[in-house]
Formats: sequence, structure tokens, C-alpha cells
Amino acid sequence: MTNSIRKTKLSNGLTILLKEIHTAPLISSWMWYRVGSRDESAPRTGVSHWTEHMQFKGTQKFPAATLDKAISREGGTWNAFTYLDWTTYYETMPADKIDLALRLEADRMVNSLFDKKEVNSERTVIISEREGNENEPLFRLGEAIQHAAYRVHAYHHEVIGDKADLLTMTRADLYSHYRTYYVPNNAVLAMAGDFETGEILKRLRQLYRPIPKGHIPPRLLRPEPPAEGEIRLTVEGPGETTYAQIAYHFPQASNPDFYPLTVLDSLLAGPSNLNMFGGGGISNKTSRLYRALVDKEYAISISGGASVTIDPYLYVLSLTVHPRRKPEEALVQIDREIQRVQDELVSREEVARAIKQARAMFAYGSENITNQAFWLGYSEMFASYDWFLTYLDRLASVKPRDIQRVARLYLRPGNRVVGYYLPTGRSAA
Amino acid sequence: MAGRRKTTGSPRHSLPGPEDIFRSVLPNGITVLGRANFNSPSVVISGYTPAGSLFEADEKLGLADFTAAALMRGTHKHDFDSLYGALEAVGASLGFDSGLHTTGFHGRALVEDLPLLLNLLSETLRQPSFPPTELEKLRSQLLTGLSIRNQDTSDMAEMAFDELLFRDHPYARPEDGHPATVKAITREDIVEHHRRCFGPRRMVIALVGAVEPRKAAAAVEKVLGDWKNPDQPEEPRLPEFKPLNKTVERRVSIPGKSQTDIVVGSSGPARTDPDYLAASLGNSVLGQFGMMGRVGDVVRERSGLAYYAYSNLSAGVGPGSWTVSAGVNPTNVDKAVDLIVKELRRFVKDGVTRRELADSQANFVGRLPLSMESNGGVAGALINIERYHLGLDYYLRYPGLVKAVTTADVSEAARKYIDADRLAIATAGS
Repeated sequence: MTNSIRKTKLSNGLTILLKEIHTAPLISSWMWYRVGSRDESAPRTGVSHWTEHMQFKGTQKFPAATLDKAISREGGTWNAFTYLDWTTYYETMPADKIDLALRLEADRMVNSLFDKKEVNSERTVIISEREGNENEPLFRLGEAIQHAAYRVHAYHHEVIGDKADLLTMTRADLYSHYRTYYVPNNAVLAMAGDFETGEILKRLRQLYRPIPKGHIPPRLLRPEPPAEGEIRLTVEGPGETTYAQIAYHFPQASNPDFYPLTVLDSLLAGPSNLNMFGGGGISNKTSRLYRALVDKEYAISISGGASVTIDPYLYVLSLTVHPRRKPEEALVQIDREIQRVQDELVSREEVARAIKQARAMFAYGSENITNQAFWLGYSEMFASYDWFLTYLDRLASVKPRDIQRVARLYLRPGNRVVGYYLPTGRSAA
Repeated sequence: MAGRRKTTGSPRHSLPGPEDIFRSVLPNGITVLGRANFNSPSVVISGYTPAGSLFEADEKLGLADFTAAALMRGTHKHDFDSLYGALEAVGASLGFDSGLHTTGFHGRALVEDLPLLLNLLSETLRQPSFPPTELEKLRSQLLTGLSIRNQDTSDMAEMAFDELLFRDHPYARPEDGHPATVKAITREDIVEHHRRCFGPRRMVIALVGAVEPRKAAAAVEKVLGDWKNPDQPEEPRLPEFKPLNKTVERRVSIPGKSQTDIVVGSSGPARTDPDYLAASLGNSVLGQFGMMGRVGDVVRERSGLAYYAYSNLSAGVGPGSWTVSAGVNPTNVDKAVDLIVKELRRFVKDGVTRRELADSQANFVGRLPLSMESNGGVAGALINIERYHLGLDYYLRYPGLVKAVTTADVSEAARKYIDADRLAIATAGS
């Protein structure tokens, strides 16, 4: 598989990344907008996500009723995601049908209708989405932790937004958000698959060059002040199962410490899978925290993961507490393992294992064209495609001493939020 | 618009067919399937042995599930830690899951680690050690899983639906059992279940990836070719399934939930029934195509009642099910159920239009390459044609089979399986 890509910027600021892959007659196309929940403040939390929903409600050329069917009819799949830092829309189509997706994205970058009736009908859909999330103890615990960890930075609220804002959002709020941020100079178009670069670029210029550039306001920047001490919180709710999450403030993906921290995460909680598609993870049963907590029956399961973000975000250890244990007991074991990794250098063999695991997971992810296309634009959101290309090599240059340093620097109690979900024991009849 | 230039090196994907699917049956009964994909540096093994929950008594419900999970807790050569140590050291994975009729396995590794993967598969299948302390750890984990399941509105609605629809039939029972039954399972039960039910007859294994199929098959024969189990039972015959003769409802109360899950439906075809494809296309129109078909349109788009509302056809070895599911605010449950029943009635009475059918046919055919993109996708496809005896040329014939279905076929299938006055309606939530 070649790693060569073609990167271009149109005169209106639209960045285009193209990667030819000829192993299957498929093309995956992703349109990324540099706007997400980090750009929101009350009373408009959730506006980016709602805008994403409205993008499926039609333009004049592609009315709502025909829009959803057009892609499916061609045997394509499509979806969209809103995250902290970005919003993205993708289509994966048989190669000879991709033009539909290209025309669709060009059209809805500018011409989405945001019909008022549709806005109101979508209000209850999104509230329903939120209510479905609220059924999950870990969503409620995660939301509480996020709020506690970020008092100032707009990372403090969930992408879906607070219900108070979902109830009062207006068409004007949504439409103004759309017109502000959905402009070519705030977007990245990335495609991977069975096309010829020169040909596809010609077509992209034809479709996208006429779209005028817009004035994008500077992104909301309210840096979170350094944590001044550990925060502990509890969330109570139905059920019989206790959960714990411990969230440490981690650096952003572009910080060089991200690599030793990734290796540290692998050793503590098993390798994380950064692929959005097709990768699939591997088990973590020989990781340090699994052995200390699950094998020793303080926890039923444990997982860990950092996020790849523009500003510093959270590294979260998440566990289901063993029914015979209290969450505080599990925390003592976690602290013991963290102390160990701060006091003693990890072995070179362990580091080598973590690298091999990362290599394997990237290999698994490479089978999937949608995943390959995903990486093109995704890496541009917080860094550049070089980040993806150099990732494994940079991981491979991590030394045990680096891991010790970052463990001491970031895995401090004063730098974390500890949250417990405590069941009130009212279970189903 | 899009070029279709060929690269030098590995050939492009085409749909799997008799030219490139390898199939052989070992003397002990294991069917081996293989297809090469040298575009990928990895390999997937996937398959099943016919040991499922159908064999188990009511009091020990969850036995097959417990046994499947227990296979990975240690073997005669590897304890739990060294078993996972070997896999995780090279970024490989191996796991088991069980269903009604089979216990399935799925593994993945970089191609140089295929021998390791096959050795561990053989060990875990043939000589698991079931260490008592590991079983008790696993039991705690399974019981916690059941506690979590009992709080999950979607899981509980589906469980209630199966009980309403299937009643005395074995399909009514949840494969993961209940807390009381999982607590009652002993190590002896697990050992005996494994001894009796696991064996090479009617086992299927598929290998897909950067390995020449004949070589892969030889490697399988080396580790599994001498496996024998003379006690392996024949598949027990399923009792007759009696359709519902009136609508039945159950509401499962789970306090403190913001959303209620609804499952409405009836029985559906078995995978090998001649009207399966017609039902599948009908299901696409009903609640899959585009933004979840007619159901999505009515319940989500037009009424704004749900973030998800869709239909599903579940078709396997025995009688299947045909359901519509949605997640709604507790105050909207009755309204949503009414809308769903109304759509089912319309679907049965009016069928689908030629345009609707053509759209879904185009979707079924067009999306095939995407489903075969990865090694896992191809392995699943091979297992599928073997399990249901569809033929090695199935995916080559598939477009023709799909296009041959008529609106009359869809109507007939709808009328055969769905009666809007004889539905199972299950909800779970506050």
C-alpha cells in the first residue's frame, strides 16, 4: 500500500487530500469542518451536533425525502459525527457512483434549508438521543467528570449539549452557526480509493471552486487553568453495579509527550485502538491494571484511553467495580500500580511489545478504505497527515525513561478527577 | 468520473466465487474454507463448532455461554496469563462466543503469527483446563454482566419479546441465562458440556488473508486433523414453532430510566426458506433503507419521537423473527407503538411499490463489495455460504437472485409472517 498522497488547497481555502487505493472498486470521501463542541458556550451547547443533524434535512437540489435514499440506492453507506474539535460527513460508495457524494457535499456546504418545521421536529429527536445516552450509567458519570475537569474550557460539556439548551435552541441559532463555520476555508475534503488523482481533482475544482470563502471568527479559546488539586465526585442512579472513572489531564496530540503516554497507556490498560473503522481492538488481559485489578478481583473489567485532541484533554481509566469491593479499594490498587511505574523503569521488552501491538492494529485498520480515508482528514484536524505517517516510528523511539518521566508528570492525584457511580439498588422487578 | 487503473502486484478484489474460494473437508468432518488476500498483511480465522445452548437444561441456562468464555481461561499447555501473554505480545486476538446452535470463534493476527493462532485455537478447543479459581472469577464477571443486562432497556425489551413470541420453544431462552442459573452451573457441568458437545463433526473454519489457502488448510489439518469425539451428538430436532394467535404485550419495569425501548414483531423466515430474500428486501423497505425506511420516516422524521426506529429480520437455522424497534421517551410509548403497528398493518395490506423494491434491490447489490472489503468481511461471507449451504458461487449469483424478487413475492412474505393483530409487543423502561 502506498503512503503517497496529494495535498492541494483551492483558492477559496478548501484543503483537499487524495490517496489512491486500487484494491477494491470503492471510494470513501470525507468532508471535515473545523467546528465542534469546543466552539460552543451556553446557551448554545449542542449547536454543532444539531447542525450536523440539520445537514440531513435537505437542500433545494437534494430535498430531505430524496437525500437519504439517493446514497442507499447506489449501494453506498454514509454517516456523520460531531466531536469536541470537529464535525465530519462521509460517504463510501462504489467507485463509479462517487460523484453523487461530491455533489451532495458541495451543495449542503452552502444550501442547506434549515426549515423551521424540521428544526422543531429534530428537537425531540435530539432530546431522545440524549435521553438514550442518559440510560447509561457511564454516560452520566462521564458527563459529571467532564464538567468537573473543565471549569473554563469549552471541553466541559458533552457534544450532545445540555437539555436546557436543546429546549431553547432556535432556527436562527443553528442557521447562523452553519453560515459561520461551513465555509470552504474552514473545511478539509479527504478521499481515498479507486480514482485517478488528476481526474478527480479536476472534478473537485469544478464543484468546489465556485463556493466563496467565508470569514471565520477565531476559535473560542478559554484555556483551562492548571488543576489545583484532586476532585472527587459521585453520581447516584439506578442499578446494582458500581463504576469508577479516573480522569487525568493529558497533553494534546501534537505534544511530544503524547507518544510516551500512549506507550504508558498500553502497559497500564492495554493498547488503544485509534482506528474509527475496521480496526477492532485486542484484549488487555496482560496489562498491569488488568492483572492488579481484574485478576485480583477488585474490578470486573478495566479499560483506559486518551483522546486525540487539539487542546489538552483527559486520559480516562474506566472500571466496573467488583460486587464484593468498594470503589475506594480499587482506587488504592490503581494508585499502587501508578506508583510502581513512577518508581521503577519499565522494561525495554514491555515497550517493544507495545510497539508491536500498535503496529498490528494499524495493519488491521489498513484493510478498510473507509478507515484509510478517515485518517487523511482526521489527522488534519489536530495536526497533519504526517502525524499518522510518523506515528509508529515516533512510538518506536520511546524509551523507558520517557515513560517514567511522563508517568510522574501527569499521573498525579492533584491532576485528576475521580468519579464513582453508586447504584441506589432499585433494580428491575 | 472515477478511474479504474490497475496496479501491478496483488489482484483487485472481486466477489468470492468458485475460482478463488478454497474448500475441503477433513476426514474427521471439519470443513476448511479459505481465500487469499495479499493486499493485507494480516489473517483472520473464523468459524464454529456445533455446541450451543440448545443442549442445556433450563436450570443451567447459560452453560454454553459460560463454557465458551471458560475456554480461554487456561489449557493443558498455557495458563490464563501465558495464553493471553502469547496473543497480546504480538497484537493478536482470539475469542469465543456461543449462540443457540453453535459456539463460534474469531481470531486475528499478522500473518507471521498464524501458526501461533492455530496452535492456541486447537489447544483451547480441544484441551481447555477449566481451572476452578479462574471459573469463579469468570462467574463473578458473568453475573455482573447479567446485572448490567437487567438494567439495559434494549436488552430487556428484546428478552421479553423472545419470551412472548417463542413461549415454550427453546428460542425463548436468553443464551446468557439468569443469575440463578449461572450460579447453579458447576465445573463438572462445564467439563461435561465440553466433553460431549465439542468436536470436529460439522465444524467449520475459514481463513482469509495473506496466506495461500492450501497452505492454510494444511496448517489446520496439522493441529485439528486428528481431533475426534465419538460422543458428539447429532443436532437435536427443534420442536415445531406455533405462531401467535393474538397480540400479546409485556412491559418490563426498570425504574430511573430516561428512555424506554420498544420491540414489536412476529416470527420470520429461516435463512434457508425460499422466501428469505423477499422478506429481506421487504424488511429493507419497512425499516432499513435510507434513514431507516418507512419506520424511520414515520417514527423519527415525521413524528420526532425517536432517535432510532428501525426494523430487523433475524434469520438463522430455525424460525426467525421480524421486529421493529425504537427508543422513546416513556410518555410516548403508546403513541410510538400505535404508529409502529399501523405501519406493519400497511406493510402487510399494501406491500411495497416497484420503486421502493427497486431501490432496495439496488442497495443490496451495490453494497456487496463494501461488505467484502476486509478479511473479516470475507470470512463472514464464507461462513455464511457454508452454514446455509448456499453454494460457492452464491455471491456471483446474488445480484440475479435479488433482482428476480417481485413486489408480489414481498407481499406474500409479509402476509405469511406478519399479522398486525397477532403481534408480540415488549417494552422496557420506566
